[in-house]
Order: sequence, then C-alpha cells, then structure tokens
Amino acid sequence: MTDVMTRLEPGSRAASRGFSDLTIRNLFIIPTIAFLIIFNVFPLLYSLWTSFTDFRASTTAPANWVGLANYRELLNDPFIWRNFTITAKYVLISVTGQVVVGFGLAMLLNRQIPFKGLITTLLLLPMMLSMAVVGLFWKLLYDPSFGIINYFLGLGKFEWLADPQVALYAVALVDIWMWSPFVMLLSLAGLSAVPKHLYEAAEIDRAGPFYTFFRITLPLVAPILMIAIIFRTMEAFKTFDHAYILSSQPTTELIAIRLYKMAFLEWQTGLSSAFAYIVLIMVVAITNIYVKYLNKAKAR
Amino acid sequence: MAEVKTKGEVVLNRVAIVAVVVALIVMLTPIYWIASTAFKPRSLATTVPPTVMFEPTLTPFAKLFTKRSQLRQPVEEDVYEAAPWWEKLIYDDGEQVVKNRKTGAITSSGYWDRYKNSLIVSIISTFLAVSMGTLTAYGFSRFKVKGEQDWLFFILSTRMLPPVVVAIPMFLMYRTVGLHDTHLGLIILYTAFNLSFAVWIMKGFVDEIPREYEEAALVDGYTRLQAFWKIVLPEALTGIAATAVFCFIIAWNEYAFALMMTSRNAQTAPPYIPSQVGSGLPDWSVIAAGAFLFLLPVAIFTFLLRNHLLRGMSFGAIRK
Repeated sequence: MTDVMTRLEPGSRAASRGFSDLTIRNLFIIPTIAFLIIFNVFPLLYSLWTSFTDFRASTTAPANWVGLANYRELLNDPFIWRNFTITAKYVLISVTGQVVVGFGLAMLLNRQIPFKGLITTLLLLPMMLSMAVVGLFWKLLYDPSFGIINYFLGLGKFEWLADPQVALYAVALVDIWMWSPFVMLLSLAGLSAVPKHLYEAAEIDRAGPFYTFFRITLPLVAPILMIAIIFRTMEAFKTFDHAYILSSQPTTELIAIRLYKMAFLEWQTGLSSAFAYIVLIMVVAITNIYVKYLNKAKAR
Repeated sequence: MAEVKTKGEVVLNRVAIVAVVVALIVMLTPIYWIASTAFKPRSLATTVPPTVMFEPTLTPFAKLFTKRSQLRQPVEEDVYEAAPWWEKLIYDDGEQVVKNRKTGAITSSGYWDRYKNSLIVSIISTFLAVSMGTLTAYGFSRFKVKGEQDWLFFILSTRMLPPVVVAIPMFLMYRTVGLHDTHLGLIILYTAFNLSFAVWIMKGFVDEIPREYEEAALVDGYTRLQAFWKIVLPEALTGIAATAVFCFIIAWNEYAFALMMTSRNAQTAPPYIPSQVGSGLPDWSVIAAGAFLFLLPVAIFTFLLRNHLLRGMSFGAIRK
C-alpha cells in the first residue's frame, strides 16, 4: 500500500481520511482499462479466432476451422502485395510532400510577420475539418471540365481522378493539403525552441545561411520533426476516408480500402480478419517507434 | 556593413510575407470554394469559367432540408404568393417541395436527421470520454502504477488501430447483440476511440498542476476525493474544455466507423454527405450547403482551440 503514496507519509492522518489512495487510484483507472479491454482487446481476440476460419458474415453457415489457410492465401496473393506497394508509394508521396510544404511554411512563419497568430490558425484549418466531407469537394475541384484547379492552372481537360496513373498522386495531394499544417505546427514549435544565441554566434562567425540551416536549425528541430514524420506515416498508412470517396481506381486501392471491401462488400470475414491481423502487427510496430520518440521528446 | 545586412533582411522579410500570403490563398481556396458554392444557385455552381463574383442566395439551404421534384408547369400565382420565403426560392429554381397529399406536410430530406445523429453521438461520447479520461489521467499522474509506461502505451495503442481492423469484429458483435445502426453502438465506439486520446492529453494538463495544492488541502482536512473535486478539477478546467472540444471534433469528423456501423437510423453526417453525390449530375450547391453547416462548428472550435492545437495534435507530448 505504501508504494501507492506519492509524497504524503503513509501513516499521516491526511492520508488515512476518506477512501484510501489505493482505492481512489483503482476507481479512477480500472474502469478505463476495463472499457478499452472490452471494446478493443476482446473484439480483436474474437477476430483472431475468425481469422483461422472460413466464416462469412453474409451467410448463416457455421464457421469451419481452416488453420493458417487464410494467412497462406493472403501472403501468396499478388494482388494484396500490390495494395501494399500502392500504400507504400502513397505514404512516401504524401509524407514527403507534407514535410516539404509544412516545414517550408514553418520557416516562413518563423519571422516577424504581421497577423502571425491569425495566419497560423487559418493555415491550420484544413487539418481540423472532416477528411471525408472536405475530401469529397476535391472531386469538384479536380473536375476535368469545370474544376477550378484545371482552370486556374490552365491545364485544359486534365484528368486527375479518372487517369489511373495520376489518381494516386491526386489523392496524395489532398492528403498533403490537409496535413501539411500538422507538420507546420510541430515544426513551428521546434523552431521557436531553438535558442537565439546560437544564431547570433553563427552570425559572428560569419556562417552562411546554408551552414546555419544545416548545422543549427535542422539538427535542433529534427527530434520534433521526426515525431511529425512518424505520426503522419502511421496515419497515411491507415488512410481510408478521402481516398475511398475520391477514387475507385484499382491504382488507388490502399490497404484500408482493400480491407474494407474484403470485409464489408465481399463478406470474406475470415480472410479479412487474417488480413486485418497482418495490418495490425505492422501498425503496432510503427506505434512502438512513435511512442519511443514521444517519450524522448517529453524527456527533453 | 550592418546596414546592408538589415536591408537584405527587410527584403527577405517582404519575400516571406508575399510567400505566406500566396500559401494562405492556396490553402484556403478549397474551403472558400465549399463555403461560396453553398450560396450559389445551381446554375452557377459548375460553370466554365468558375463563377467567383455572384449574388449569394439561400436557395441551396432551402433545398438541403426538403425533398423536391421538378416543376412540370409554372406554379400558380396565388400559390406562389402564399408560400413562405424559402418555398419561393425553391419555386424560383424550377422545383417544388414534395408534400404529403393528405396533410400537406412537407417532406424533409434526410439531412437534419443525420446532423442530429452527429450531435447526439458526438456530444455524449465526448462527455463520457472526457469524464473517464480525466479521472484516469489523475490516477496515472498522482499515484504510482506498476508498469505505468506499459499501461499508457496500451491505452494509446488502442487508438492507433485502423478503424476497419476494429470494425470487423465489432460489426459481428454488434449484430449479435443488436447494437448495429444504433446511437449507443456508435457512442461506445467513439468513447473508446476518444478515451485513450483524453487520457493522454489530460495527463499532460494534470501533470502541470502543482501537487502542493492538493497536499495543502489534504493537510487542511480535505479527503483525497474532496481535494480532487475542489482543487484539481477547477485548476484543470481549461484543459478539460480543450480536451472536450478536441474529442468532439474527432467524433464529429469520424467517417469510417460510421460508414461501417450504421446504415439508416443512426447514420451520422460524414457518410451521408458523400452519399448524396451519387452518379449523374449532382447538385453541388446543395451538397456544399450541407457541408458548410457541417464544417462550421469545427471551424469555430478551431479558433477557440488555437492555443491548444499543438498539445492536442501531439497527444500532449509537446507543449508551448
């Protein structure tokens, strides 16, 4: 019991009034843990079981145990690997774009600019709005005949979403638009934490702007930028909303979309559970890395 | 030498300001386009070249809430005169409101029901997640918990799963117990989703409240619960408010779970609005009107939250 106490002497009168600290701690923490176990862990155990069966939720036929057959089928399926390749490409394009645009915006905003606070908040707007609803309107913006993008860029009747070669870039561009503000926000925090005297010292030493950037700015912002990159990688890996709404091209079929179709349109419940487990393991791995960096940043 | 440098600085600063303005215009154009399309008559929504200057109208909003059909012949003068302003707008656009033949009651579109569902689900799940999250954050912040880091990681990891992965077993379970397409079903999912977020953010806020406050209260004769209720909660109020707004926005915007777990009764606005596009020629001004009303609360909240965005988006890890 004493190990529960933080600072108070365990024997003191103050600590023994009312509920004990141990009771309060349990009362406060256990419901949350229990809730998450019931509604997150338990379903996952259930789907672990279905992943070893040929269960189809659309029929009343009982599930048959098929062992590792689902996993074998998935890992040998060239189409699934194509979904993984598409997703990897998508993550690479959108995260790179977000880092370039977001960090660029942060560098621009990290100086004396009138209405800086207002401008920053306005720039953050895209990431706060619903990806599904705003994503939908990119259909209107991308429209080859009356879309404003083609009009203002003078691209004529350029097909953004109908051309299978371009569609993935078009979807990634929406993601870049939406989430560059996130990278900007974190980068701004990193930039404002760089001690001013370092720049003064660099100036005295007559360091050029490139030297200052690569030797002072970048290394000091790197930890926070890393958090932004890992977080966005994780989120981009899971992309579903706007990608599903914007394009039905096979070339934009990300993992989450394939999984959704497999589970809820084709009703291959057993197979999709196995697929979900493969995705789950990958996400947990990335999350692990993410949390390590978070704790590192916290410790500073 | 120094003067030359400041001149360079001035020029550089001007270039930066111009670049920021350009970026602002590019980033906000899509949002402006949604907002402006919501006030355009249908004929101006998809013109070539795009219509930038126009006289705003409320016709799309009148259409948004009603079921309509094409007018076969011009409406009679006296009927038109007797109609309320919003019905006149619909007549002006060559359409008429579908009415019940017997009672004459207007048929509403599904929009308001979906909006209401969004409100119910978001508000209740936010309340639950923030209340439980605050208590748990206090527990982790003030007491020693064995394997604290592991528990916190577990709590966070539940939020990192792709919705589809959780949705497959949840769908099967909900179907068995009859929670599919119910408010309660979505509320539970969103609470679970936001709970982990609330714990992480609130832990940061609670950590910042000096322990000495409560300890002084304990010495003064408060019980631990009283100290929590009377000292810690008022101190954490800003944090709780910010967390609540964040949770509300997350639940409000959620699309994937709502798509998979609801079909009609409990469907929220995010899956409903895109479903209105369908095939053929969608009426973009009506869809924009629906989107405008849906996005507006979040846009307002973003301004209220502006000082807490960094903390919220980084799960409480980075503070200013």
